[in-house]
Order: sequence, then structure tokens, then C-alpha cells
Amino acid sequence: MSDVACEISRLEKSFGPNQVLRGIDMKLPSGQVSVLMGANGAGKSTLVKILCGVHSPDTGHIKLFGSPFKPRSPIEASRNGVITVHQSINDGVIPDLDVTSNLLLDNLAQPGKRMFLKRAEMKARAAKIAKSVGFDADLDVAVSRLGIADRQLIAIARAVACNPKLLILDEPTSSLSAVEAKRLFEVIKTLKRDGVAILYISHRMSDIRAIADRILAMRDGQISGKFEGENLDYEGAVTAMLGQKMSDFKIDVAEGSSPVLQLSDLRLSDESDPVEITVSRGEIVAITGLLGSGKSLLSSILFGLEKPASGKVYLEGTIFEPKSPADAIYRGVHMSPKDRANNAVVGDFDIEANLTLPFTKNFSNLGFIDRKRQYSVCSDMIDTIGIVCQSGKDAIETLSGGNQQKVIVGRWLLKPCKVLILDEPFQGVDIKARRDIGGHIRATSDNRATLVFVSELDEAIEIADRIIVLHEKAIVGEHVNRNIDLSELLSQVSGNSNPLKQAEVIE
Amino acid sequence: MKKDILREFAIRFGFIILAGLLVLFFSIFANGFAGPRSAVFIFQSVAITGILALGVTCTLVVDGFDLSIGSVATSALMLSAYMMVVLEQSAVVAVIACLLMGAAVGFVNGILIVKMRVPDLLATLGMMFLLIGLQRIPTEGRSISTGMRLPGGEVADGTFAEGFLWLGRHRIDLFLEKLIPVPVIIFLAISVLIWVFLEKTRHGRLMYAIGSNERAAALAGTNVFNYKILAYMISGVTASIGGILLAARLGRGDIASGNNLLLDSVAAALIGFAVLGAAKPNAFGTAIGALFVGILLQGLTMMNAPYYTQDFVKGAVLVVALIFTFALSSRVRGGSH
Repeated sequence: MSDVACEISRLEKSFGPNQVLRGIDMKLPSGQVSVLMGANGAGKSTLVKILCGVHSPDTGHIKLFGSPFKPRSPIEASRNGVITVHQSINDGVIPDLDVTSNLLLDNLAQPGKRMFLKRAEMKARAAKIAKSVGFDADLDVAVSRLGIADRQLIAIARAVACNPKLLILDEPTSSLSAVEAKRLFEVIKTLKRDGVAILYISHRMSDIRAIADRILAMRDGQISGKFEGENLDYEGAVTAMLGQKMSDFKIDVAEGSSPVLQLSDLRLSDESDPVEITVSRGEIVAITGLLGSGKSLLSSILFGLEKPASGKVYLEGTIFEPKSPADAIYRGVHMSPKDRANNAVVGDFDIEANLTLPFTKNFSNLGFIDRKRQYSVCSDMIDTIGIVCQSGKDAIETLSGGNQQKVIVGRWLLKPCKVLILDEPFQGVDIKARRDIGGHIRATSDNRATLVFVSELDEAIEIADRIIVLHEKAIVGEHVNRNIDLSELLSQVSGNSNPLKQAEVIE
Repeated sequence: MKKDILREFAIRFGFIILAGLLVLFFSIFANGFAGPRSAVFIFQSVAITGILALGVTCTLVVDGFDLSIGSVATSALMLSAYMMVVLEQSAVVAVIACLLMGAAVGFVNGILIVKMRVPDLLATLGMMFLLIGLQRIPTEGRSISTGMRLPGGEVADGTFAEGFLWLGRHRIDLFLEKLIPVPVIIFLAISVLIWVFLEKTRHGRLMYAIGSNERAAALAGTNVFNYKILAYMISGVTASIGGILLAARLGRGDIASGNNLLLDSVAAALIGFAVLGAAKPNAFGTAIGALFVGILLQGLTMMNAPYYTQDFVKGAVLVVALIFTFALSSRVRGGSH
């Protein structure tokens, strides 16, 4: 039964100074579902991209059924039976073509096929493929007119039709309803019986419980836990994924004085329970939760990028409904977004111009930039937050990830604010830079309310006075950061505890 | 290491050195190339395309593109002629009408791109087509000149105002009598203005930020929509200035002129990427790019190269400049990672 389909040893991969994979060892047995869990930035997607031939590894080996496997392109990977369904569904379908063509796409793209298409024959084959995953839609309709769940099923059906030996599913249920997910699990069971090795990437505990034969937890570019056997240790897997090693960082918990930011009866979606949060001046509150827990949505609402389903936000007692980031900044709410490369770094600019980006008005007279003032203020910030560089005129792209992040966080500290929101401020940052940034945030927190959104628990414990846990867009736990019961915190994060009622959460 | 420094130097100063060598070469081998009048002629030949190119530069800075500039310029040409010859308005009214028209076209381009989410190339392509057609309607496709017969049957009595023609034809004394034409002064003034705006003001910096990472700029509170619309409005206004100068030089509303304006000015702006190794749109580079083409064409013409080789030469310069920008400088950038 368990002959090994794919064996990965000592796989390493860096992007520039950023080491994403630090020696991955894993075996994927045929006929079993191996679930890969990992927080954002753990390196899951990089691993998947290496397996399906998008990236090539720096060092290490992959063996496929005993012979070396080094795909140089996705086509080569799929010819060898390694088929991937990517997380972003639109990579898997072509919206302008009809369902039939989409289902047969791999077939059409093969070289040496007939030039002209036979519609009836195509439809018959497409119907068979569709049936294999229990997908029943009109085969003539253009995919652009289908919903996201249907598209996901088409992408999966396509993959299954390629006769995979190793099937990689990256968060396949993220857009499926419970019924559709169940159907997918049936398909997976059939594939298992046929001896296909399945690498299943997911955060969803319900998925994992339903189909996992073994669990691999991934963290910081390494496999941090391997769980096999009859009774899988789900709790242990989550712990391994989020990091067992909680730091011994001592926090001098601040109580905060007057309330600055109040979320009142705020619903993140129509079905979710209301969220009540109050953040006071001088207080740092960390909000944590897995992907899809509503963290990103909440930070977007506070910065004027999204609207809540219902409820109100108050800033110093007055209603706060920012229409845009500019509006939020004007009201004194600053946010450092997550994913700095896409959302924060201006690659063509030097450090100084990146630092001053939101506050050019404060650094100019009659529209003309005051370079002297910019230089002196930026030099101070570079020193206090500890950006390692030759001068503020260095291009930001020459800095390491940690130093870029310091620039991005420092940007929002140039001007005092009422509320500072930091969304994943430690993403892709080494431990030294993390301590620097965290220390600086704590040192300057006296005159504002600070909200930090993190998915890693030890980051939350390292910075916050109070930790709030979100799960499925509702609060499931709230802890003052003093001798926290870690196992309770972990189970709340993974959604294992019963969701508490609001009344119980707020003492 | 030494190789890197050499390459860095080549990328930074290569284009300017090349321009210098060209001047030297033509001064030696082309009779009459060296001299103030010839130099002024070069400036004059590139003034109008240069002005349009500076406008395009602003749209390139916000990672956009404006294909409609050529047709905005010819529309301004026709509009100014129509205002003066048919409607018998003064020079001031004609100029103001053209500038407003340019700003309005830029605004509509901006709205199409920002609000209606039409891709920039397509929006401005559509606008180009529309304007080429629109400028023919009032005169039923004929050029405008004094004494022409109008669609209604009557004769147009108006003339181009003296003040208006002054814009295109007057030359200012500087050391030599009647040396520098007004369009050259306007070109230099707009160059300096756009350069100061893009390099020295916070608005220019925010526009560059939008071009480099639009999302980051928006999340830093920049009003991306307004700045993009502003860029297209600048482009529209500079294009209409170009059209006014062309009309003032020609002295008639010639329906067939200005065909080459779009390609020439876009080429100048793109050649500008290579100047000083900027690898991005910049006003200084655009002005130098326009001049570079002017020098080359003037020199070749004086060495008796036939006129029909001109477009070929321009195209060749553009391709070389693009290689400079994208192949060489990106390699250096990639290497620093």
C-alpha cells in the first residue's frame, strides 16, 4: 500500500536574501492524503511551486517513484504525473471559454493533436470528466458566467482527468460549500483507492479531520511536525504549525487609560456573530486567528477599505466610518498593511521617499519637497528604529526584508496618530528585526491605541498587552497577556473550543 | 567589480556621450552644422514634439499612456483656425479655447481610465479616433483658411490674428538678430516646469509612487484617481499647446498636418528612459531624447540623407534606447539582489 510516490530531501530555496525553504524532508506515500499545514509565509506555496515546476530548488533532491525529478516547467511536471490545483482559482480556468473546452484544456494544449475540433466528441469526453467529480452544469456555458465554486470544481476535474500520480490541492475547499466539499472528499477517496498520492494544503480543521491520513506541519521553511497513525494529534499539529516555542519575552502589561477605538456590535459578515472590541490609549492589542478568521477584513474596515456588514466603530467617542485610507489617515488612524512587497514598498524610491510617502504634505512647502527636513527626520527614524543602510538615499530594494519592514513600519511612526494598526508587521522578518520593530512599537505606544494583527502566536505574546482570538469572523477568546494558558489559546485559534458568547469573553 | 563600474557609467552617461559624439561628428563632416543658427534650427524642429513628449511623460509616470496627444494637437490646430477664421475671435480667445479643449480631453481620458476602468491604451486610442473624426466635421473635411467657402455657403472672412502668428513665427534677438523662435522658448519653459513639477514637488513624487506601486500609494492615503486624471489633463494641455504652436507656424488650419506628432513624441519620451540611466519616465530625459532625434536628423539631412529615411532613423534610435533601458539597466538591477 504505502510505497512512496514522492520523496523530498534537504530541499532549500532562497529568494534574494530571503531563505524561504530551509531543508525540507518529506515523503508522500501513494494512496494516502498527506495534509500540509502552515501559517502564512511558512513556505507552503514555494514548496508547491517547486513540485509543479514553477521554481527550481537551490539545493536538495526530489524523487518521484525512485527516480530523480527536476521539472523545469509546469508542463514537464504534469507529464510526469504531478498535477497541481492552485489556490487562486483563476489560474485553473479560462473564463472566456466554455466548460467543455476548459475541462479538455490539457488535452487541447498537447502537441501533435488534431488541428480541428470535433464538438460532439469533445462534449462526450467533457461530460465524463465532469461526472467524475460530480459536477453537473451546462457544458456549453462560458466559465465566466459560473460562480467561484463551480470554477473550483472545474479546475479540480481537469486535474483529475490528467491521471495524476501525485495530486497537489492548494486550499481546494476555500470557496466550496459544505456539500461541494463533501463531494470533493468522495473524489479524493476514489483517487486514494487508485493509488494516487495526494498533497492537501489546508487550514480548515474540518477538512483535515475528514480526509487526512497524515499531517505535516510546516513552519519557517521547515517541517516542524509529522503526525501519522490511527489517531491523529490535530492539536499537536496546530501547535507545530504555530510554533511550540513560545518566547520568554516579558511584557510589562499596560492597562491603558481612556478608550480610543471602540467597535460596537460590528458584524464582519451577515451571518457572523457581532464583534465588540475596545482599545485604550497606551494599550497594544493583538488580534490573532487563522487565515479566513476575519483578521484582514477587520483591518480593512478600520482603514476605510471595506464596509462592515453592520455595526459601528467609534474613534474617541465619535462615529468613525472612513471612506478611504486618506480619510482614515486624516482622522488619525494609521495602518501599515500586510504583504509589504505588494502593498507598501515603492520599489523605485529610496528609503527617505518610502518613509515619507504618506506625509509628503508635512515635508513640503507650497508643494515643494523640503529635502533638508526630510533628511533630518528620516535620519532620526533610521537611527531609532535601527535600519541597516549606508544612508537614507539607498534604494529600498537594496535592503533585506527585515530592514524594508522597518522602513514600512517607521513610515507610520513619523507622525503621531490616535490609532496605529499593524497588519502582520513581522511577516518575512528575522528575529532580530522583529525584536527591533516590536521594541520600538512598545516604546512609542503611550499616546495612542495600537492594534496588531498577527497569525503567529508568539509574535502576539511578544508585543501585546491583550490578545484577542478571532475564528470564523467572531471573537472566540480574549486574554490579558499575563501567564496565558497557551493550550487554551491554541485550541481557540484552531477553532476547537466552543465559541464563547460575547458576554463571557468580556469579563 | 571594475566591469560593474564601467557598465554603470555606460548606462548613466552613454546616451549623453553618444549625443555629444554625434554633434562632434556632424560638426566636422557636415558643412554648416556647427553654429548658433543650426543649433536653433534643431531646437525649433523638436519644440512641438518635445512639448507633446513632456505631456506623455507625465502619463507614463503614473504608469499610464496617452495615445490621443497627436489628435489633441491637430484638434487644437483646427480649433484655433476655426475660432479665428470662421468665428472671427481674437488670438486670446482662440488660445484659451484650445487649452480648455486639451484639458477637457485629458479629463475625459482620465475618467474613462480611472472610473470606467478602460485600459489606458484603449481609452486613449478611442479618444484619438474620435478626435480625428471630430475635427473634420465642422468644415466637412476641408482645411481652414481665410476666404474658404463654408458648408452653409458663405465665405469665411476671418484671419489669423497677428498675436497668434507671433507665437509660432516670432524670433527673439539674442546676440544675433532674430535668433530664437518663440516655440523654442515655450518648449524650454515647459521642460523646466514639468521637470520641477515631477522632481521637486510632492505631487510629482506621489505620481511616481503611483507608477511604481499603485496599491502602496493608495494605502498611504494618496488619491490615486485624482493624480491619474491630473496626469492626463497635463498631457492634454501640453498637446493642445503643441497644436497652437503648429497652427501659428502654418497660419492655416491644415487638415493633413501633424500626422507624425504621436509617434515622434512617444519616441522622445521613451528615449528619455535611457538618459542618465533613469530607466523610468523623466522630464529631463524626454527633452534630451527629443533633442537627440533632432540633432541626428539635422546632421543627416545636412549630409544629404534623403527625407524618406527619417522615420527609419528615428525608429532605430528608439530601439537602441529601449535596449539601453531594459536590457542593460535591468541586468544591473537584477545583479544587485
